[in-house]
Amino acid sequence: MSEETRYEDFFSVEGGNFRNAGQVSSRIKNILKELGCNSDMVRRAAIVTYEAEINIVSYAKKGFIHLQAGPHRVLIEVSDEGPGIPDIELAMQEGYSTASPMVREMGFGAGMGLANMKRFSDYFDIQSKVNEGTRVVMQIDQAR
Amino acid sequence: MKLEDIVESLKLRVKCGSENLKRDVTGGFVGDLLSDVIANSREGDIWITRQIHQNIVAVASLKDIAGIILVQGSEPAADTIARAEQEGIPLLVADMPGFEVAGKIFRMLNP
Repeated sequence: MSEETRYEDFFSVEGGNFRNAGQVSSRIKNILKELGCNSDMVRRAAIVTYEAEINIVSYAKKGFIHLQAGPHRVLIEVSDEGPGIPDIELAMQEGYSTASPMVREMGFGAGMGLANMKRFSDYFDIQSKVNEGTRVVMQIDQAR
Repeated sequence: MKLEDIVESLKLRVKCGSENLKRDVTGGFVGDLLSDVIANSREGDIWITRQIHQNIVAVASLKDIAGIILVQGSEPAADTIARAEQEGIPLLVADMPGFEVAGKIFRMLNP
């Protein structure tokens, strides 16, 4: 943990379980509020974690969210055991999605998830291996 | 404007969250794509949608949305009501189409 980090935790997310989708984001939102992060940071962290959670639920068997946070900086690392992304550049394009019809019917799979994660982070990195999984690192700072 | 003013004026059916109808509504958002709502809605918005499954409650709660209006008489799924009850999110049903709901609320918020 760096000096900036006052809180660290790991959360697991179950693939395919739409019932619990959003629970980790909700917990993280409350943790950040308690740490004294400002409302803009809390809002952006909630958005990117929710999108990450939905991606795990929609595509992977399971995934983990590693949170390291302080009042001025939030680091979120998301890793999953999923199918991986063969073409990251294509997947990052807004509107591109490989979601199933069932997932789309629920209003997910609009091809905005990864784009939103990048848009609302100050730092964003994605690595993926086909048939192994995907790892996304996002950082949110107090002032942009 | 209070949520209860909108409920009364549009004759909305309150499915749950009646204890939070005194909440202020500061804007509105129309959308069925959850990523769109998560990214672009604002705290205090009233959210107008056709989605009825329970994930709408998680989205509304994360974004501190004042309430959800299901349009065209769409009835919320039972687990959606249960979840909204838990989170204290008012779940409202309008019998009219979304276009009318949005138009009426827009006029109330911008007289």
